[in-house]
Amino acid sequence: MSLEYSFKKNGYDVYIARDGTEVLEFLKTMIPDVILLDIMMPNLDGFSTLNIIKQDEKLKDTKVIFLSAKNNPKDIEKGLEMGADAYVTKPYSIKKLMQLIEEMV
Amino acid sequence: MSSFALFSVVLLYLALLFFVAYMAEKKKSKLWINNPYIYALSLAVYCTAWTYYGSIGVAATSGLNYLPIYIGPIIVIPSWIYINTRIVRISRINKISSLADFISLRYGNSRSLSAIITLVCLFAIIPYIGLQIKAISETFHLVTETPVSKNILTDSATFVVLLIAVFSSYYGTRYVDASEKRLGIISAIALESFLKLFFIIILGLFVIYFVFDGFSDIYHKASRFNDFKAKNTFNGIEGALNWMVLCMISGTAICLLPRQFHTAIIENRQEKHIKTAIWFFPLYLLIFTLFIFPIAWAGRLIFNGQQVNPEFYSILIPQHFDNTVITVLVFLGGLSSSISMIIISAITLSIMLSNNMIIPYGLLGKFKAEDETQNTRNITRIRKFSIFGLIIMAFAFYKYFILKTSLDSVGLISFVIIAQLAPAYFGAIFWRRGSYKGVLVGLLAGLVICYFGLIIPQYYFSYNQEFKGILREMYDAFSFFNIPYLGRIPQIFFWSMLVNTGLFAGISVSMKGNYRERNFAELYVDIDKYIQNHENAFIWRGTAYVSDIKNILERFLGKKKTEQALRIFNLKYNIDSETETADSRFIKFSENLLAGRIGTASAKILIEGVTKEDKISLKEVLNILEESKENIILNKKLTEQSQELKKLSDDLTNANQSLIVKDRQKDDFLDSVAHELRTPITAIRSAGEILADDDDIPLEIKKEFLNNIITESDRLSEIINDILYLDKLEHGEIALHIKENNILETYKKALNPLLHLIQQKNIHISEVNLLNHFIFEYDESRMIQLFQNILGNALKFTDEQGTIQTKFFSRDKELIITVFNTGKHIPEEDLKMIFDKFYQSKNQNILKQAGSGLGLAICRKIIQNHGGTIYAENSGLGVTFTIRLPER
Repeated sequence: MSLEYSFKKNGYDVYIARDGTEVLEFLKTMIPDVILLDIMMPNLDGFSTLNIIKQDEKLKDTKVIFLSAKNNPKDIEKGLEMGADAYVTKPYSIKKLMQLIEEMV
Repeated sequence: MSSFALFSVVLLYLALLFFVAYMAEKKKSKLWINNPYIYALSLAVYCTAWTYYGSIGVAATSGLNYLPIYIGPIIVIPSWIYINTRIVRISRINKISSLADFISLRYGNSRSLSAIITLVCLFAIIPYIGLQIKAISETFHLVTETPVSKNILTDSATFVVLLIAVFSSYYGTRYVDASEKRLGIISAIALESFLKLFFIIILGLFVIYFVFDGFSDIYHKASRFNDFKAKNTFNGIEGALNWMVLCMISGTAICLLPRQFHTAIIENRQEKHIKTAIWFFPLYLLIFTLFIFPIAWAGRLIFNGQQVNPEFYSILIPQHFDNTVITVLVFLGGLSSSISMIIISAITLSIMLSNNMIIPYGLLGKFKAEDETQNTRNITRIRKFSIFGLIIMAFAFYKYFILKTSLDSVGLISFVIIAQLAPAYFGAIFWRRGSYKGVLVGLLAGLVICYFGLIIPQYYFSYNQEFKGILREMYDAFSFFNIPYLGRIPQIFFWSMLVNTGLFAGISVSMKGNYRERNFAELYVDIDKYIQNHENAFIWRGTAYVSDIKNILERFLGKKKTEQALRIFNLKYNIDSETETADSRFIKFSENLLAGRIGTASAKILIEGVTKEDKISLKEVLNILEESKENIILNKKLTEQSQELKKLSDDLTNANQSLIVKDRQKDDFLDSVAHELRTPITAIRSAGEILADDDDIPLEIKKEFLNNIITESDRLSEIINDILYLDKLEHGEIALHIKENNILETYKKALNPLLHLIQQKNIHISEVNLLNHFIFEYDESRMIQLFQNILGNALKFTDEQGTIQTKFFSRDKELIITVFNTGKHIPEEDLKMIFDKFYQSKNQNILKQAGSGLGLAICRKIIQNHGGTIYAENSGLGVTFTIRLPER
């Protein structure tokens, strides 16, 4: 909720999906600049969602950032290896997250 | 009674025996066959026609002398618990199938010794079998009141004997391996033993209570006989000495008679059966003796002054009173005694005859050339003909030699001859130095004394009057050795045993035996030590090839059994199946395989034929034995130590494992805690960050952020509280205050605070009460907490307008509470794990719900502390949680 507020304030369009399948629904109609993905989600988890995104030719310029409470090095490594552009662990600083996204886009 | 009728009774009786033998073979494992009493009863093959008729005759004519035949065994039998247990072990591991095998194997596995022993047994036992036939024949004619026919072909007794011969040669040779157990025969013998005792009890009761007015009546009347006192006391030291020697003779016989060795050792199926036999068998003998005295004296009273043979009082008495039933029963009892003796003796003699004489001296060469089926057929055939032949020989012996002698003396002479084997027999298991030469010389000397002292006077004196004159003079020359106060038989027993034992001991001590004898001496005397790996204790050195030995084995066992045996051997000693040379263990193993079929001596000869043995000096053997004995002890110690070490290291590994598991559990728990705490902190942090940095937030959003901070803080503190609470529960820091409470009231107390939420979600909640009483013992505040967690959980997962239903009932001293809700099914694989800490958050397949993730873990801990259980299952339209609380 605080993220939604901050992004909107900085001029981004924000769409919120509640799980992996909803993300894929959104992607049928749009090509976002950045996707923030949680890993532990119901129905379809973050890793699987990323896999599907990476196979989609249309989305090759879309950046994906993992936002997760899973902070052990193994998970981070796995996330980056799978092709995520960044991996941010909770609790994060909104300011730093924003800077990261500014640099990417 | 007519001959035909009695003959039919005998036929029926034999048919019954056939049937019992057949059923026992068929149903080997059944309890009525496989019990120690069958074994103990089969030992009563000791009680022959002699007991049935002869003892009564002795009691009537020479008084107390009938007793030693029973007292001797009764004294000796308890020692079987030690002696026979060892002999059974020795026989089992060496595949011994007869007395001759047992003795000759110990003295160097000597073929000649085993043949001599076989001859001794044949000479001692054939007359004894003749005696049984005599008893059958005479009682048959007595019962039918017909004269003994001179023509064998028209004598009905001849046919009875033929029937018995057929029966025993058929059932006695069922197995080619003579060390196998013959359950059929043994069960039939046990039945006969039972019947003969039963019939004599009937006769005894008949005599005591029907013919006379009780035992004291017989005693009082009999005591008026002039010789009553003399016959029922020891008659001073002389009589007592005779009596004692007779006890010794029969005490030896009970161990050494081939039929006793066969039933007690070869047919022993379990060592523990000996434990039952040592009290049961003496008891059996005691009951038998109990009736001999009254029957004998009743006979004297009834037939006072008449010319009747006291040996047949037991048949004459019921006949005198025209009681045909008891007469026939007694006849059948006597027949049983005779038949069982004949059968077992014939079988064991036939085994000795085939395995210790015919095969080793005549047929080994032939066997080497034939195949398995042919050899098996030959061996069985030899035994069949032996059994048949032996019985016929005994029959002839009876017809031509012992028609006129009494039952008693022939039996005792048999005993004394068999007793000549005693020094070798007992020496075998107690004395290492006993040697082949000692045994041979002692035995032969003893036999010579028996021959001149007993056999010549018994058989020749009564038939050849001219001989008698010359011999008498010769005998008078030996009168120096006469012991005046001993009877003829005790005297010869004394001298023969003295000379036999003396020569055996003297020669054994002064002349060294060969290494093979010494090897088996060790094995026999120290059987307990070698029982586990006796093949290791066999010393053999030389060259031998597995294939040669295998070739021999196949000729007797067949290809399949040989390969099977080799596999077992290789497995037991961990030997590569490709090994070509045979070691000592394999030699002994192969000899054992053959021993049951062809006897130990022949087995050795056959194996010797295909191997080349190097000579080993006695000294070397002793060294090797000493070493191997030490090795066995050392090995045992090492094994024990290594087992202890292994146990210790297992314990350590287990402890280590459980520490690793605990460590991982702790890590997991910390991970989960950190994870759980991070989520609300993230929310709080982001809200705080925005509030701090952004000055122009709209007021309502600001308020929302602040509310967020408050709820997330509450959640944080809830999690922390739950963690600490669960930790205390787990470490028993929260004591239970168990009191009597009303379960329904407790439930209401738990439900009340939740009613508001329930109404909000529009959920239908109900209770079903099936209890008879409501007071149970538990900690009320913990139980409220449990209900609230379960109900809260149900509330969380139940959709709006759903149902929650709680049911109370009690079964098998347990209070059972089920809480059902119409929420989504829990995946089967998760059902067990939902009670684990933070399970919900770790596997978020379901939509995340608020809560610490510790509620159900706390519930489980609470109910466990009460000694109860909790579990969840999917049922119908929803999920049911079941709580079981034991009533105190």
